[in-house]
Amino acid sequence: MREITYREALNESLRYNLKNDKRVFCWGEDIGILGGAFGVTAGLYNEFGPDRIIDTPISEIAIVGAGVGAALGGLKPVIEIMYIDFTPGCMDMIINQMSKIHYMFGGQCKVPIVLRIVSGASGANAAQHSQSFYSFFVHTPGLIVVAPTTPYDAKGLLNTAIQDDNPIIFVENKRIVNIKGEVPEEYYKIPFGKADVKKEGNDVTIVATQALVYDALKLAAEMEKEGVSIEVVDPRSLKPLDKETIFNSVKKTGKLVVADEGWLYCGMASEIAATVAEEMFDYLDAPIIRIGSPDAPCPFSPPLENAYIPGINQLRDAVKKII
Amino acid sequence: MAISKEIKVKMLKEMLKIRLFEEKIQDLYRAGHIPGSMHLSTGQEAVPVGFCAHLKKEDYILSSHRGHGHVLAKGGEYKYMMAELYGRSTGYCKGIGGSMHFANIEIGILGTNGIVGGGIPLAAGVGFASKYLGEDKVTLSFFGDGAANTGAFHEGINFAAVRKSNVVFVIENNQYAISVPRSLSDCVEDLSIRAKSYNIPGVTVDGNDVCAVYDVAAGAIARARKGNGPTLVECKTYRWHGHHAGEPKDGLLYRSQKEMDDWREKDPVRRLKELLIGEKSITDKDFENMQKELEAELVEAIKFAEISPFPPVSALYDNVYVK
Repeated sequence: MREITYREALNESLRYNLKNDKRVFCWGEDIGILGGAFGVTAGLYNEFGPDRIIDTPISEIAIVGAGVGAALGGLKPVIEIMYIDFTPGCMDMIINQMSKIHYMFGGQCKVPIVLRIVSGASGANAAQHSQSFYSFFVHTPGLIVVAPTTPYDAKGLLNTAIQDDNPIIFVENKRIVNIKGEVPEEYYKIPFGKADVKKEGNDVTIVATQALVYDALKLAAEMEKEGVSIEVVDPRSLKPLDKETIFNSVKKTGKLVVADEGWLYCGMASEIAATVAEEMFDYLDAPIIRIGSPDAPCPFSPPLENAYIPGINQLRDAVKKII
Repeated sequence: MAISKEIKVKMLKEMLKIRLFEEKIQDLYRAGHIPGSMHLSTGQEAVPVGFCAHLKKEDYILSSHRGHGHVLAKGGEYKYMMAELYGRSTGYCKGIGGSMHFANIEIGILGTNGIVGGGIPLAAGVGFASKYLGEDKVTLSFFGDGAANTGAFHEGINFAAVRKSNVVFVIENNQYAISVPRSLSDCVEDLSIRAKSYNIPGVTVDGNDVCAVYDVAAGAIARARKGNGPTLVECKTYRWHGHHAGEPKDGLLYRSQKEMDDWREKDPVRRLKELLIGEKSITDKDFENMQKELEAELVEAIKFAEISPFPPVSALYDNVYVK
């Protein structure tokens, strides 16, 4: 099968949906001629024009708030937020408006909106352009949060997100946008709440998200040679979370490492660890180990940033400790 | 603009409808029949009525926490509003929303809003959707002078101006943000001057003169309907009661009795009533009948609310997500 990048896979999904549904439009900062900060909307401006690929002012409250309004008015906005770090400025629109309108109004109306949000630390972007705090959104009832890892997952989940009637936080990650993978040319969807076992194994389960999935797979290949068999489970949807697939893996291995780039304290890794501890205690042969970003803002200086970003070294230490 | 007798009589009835409803629910609130909190707009009735007199069923409104008047003026019915205030399953939002989250999508009421300024960017987006879809629908965004100092005000109006959204922004300037007077909130005489920075028309009008409001609204709504973009209208008015029903001293802690009495002299309901009687368009008897009819409707609405069931506890999870 042909291989394309994560970025190209997203672009393909956007193009398909723009072509097939006039109600779909995109807006965000620099998504037009520039094609977005990470090139996801490249070429769409030329193909669909300025009425559907809309450059906005630097105005996150309006970008999200007017997006919610557009959804109420009968459209399907697919919105790009350049960095997740910019969402605190429009948190009211996300937490108080977007997520609650369907509920507060007794189900009278829907808010079909997709916020594509880039997260993750990479390339010395320092403390305000490197965060991964999507657990804020996972925490909030009413939002669906997906975090695809491979180009295949990215295209299938974005197709699902655009067709869905709920407000969706679609988390992309800087370190994986240019990674290639096999992607069918035809249209397909991946359901929310369905994890993917990226590699089967018997000794240790690593539940990992996004860039850490690639680190976990690299470690699994490395440790296979030492006779340690690692299973890598990628939730893909953070909410709804596919507990069943995670639980089945833990039943098999009895050992769990959870790795997510968000801050550990009250983060996604902690939530998954707590869920397994609460519901699968009898199957665990060792305490769960969590991996995440340190309880500090992301530093600028490259050696410090390297130390900050969780990756294969932390995973290796964890697996060695747990076996 | 000469306003027909029929329209004036209709506007009198609409204002009276709001006045009687809010005076009644204040009693019911004090007597413990209505839970939570609510914000009365008594004294400000001319604003929603003067504007909504121009709307069609398919036009939209978005409102604020002080929104009973807007909902009634757009066609909201006593009984479903009362049931919602009582927290009953027969209310507009099945008892899930309450006073700050009234909505009736069928007649274009896209929600009152518990967050000051929260509805402004949403309205910009609803108006964008009408324009995008080539519809001649108009969206009205009602909010207070307090909201005019939020970031959402700036971002929402700027965005609507850039996109030439089919929207009219209506500042219901009642002089106080809870207890804080204008002098501590902004440094301008007329808030409509802020329209200049978005290069859209800005108008200030006597918000206690429903005919004057009607005139200004006509132009602003026609402009939005034609797709020529937003207008910012400031209606100067006054809140007779405290910020919320049940506020100690009902507004007197931070305002003088004289100030409150002076504004009561400008009562918009009495002004129109006296005008119509002076013109011999109606008699005192007609007014009395109007009042009796609405009071009877209120009695029915209270009965309806009282006999309606509370939502079952199982409804707690209904409509968190679109299934």
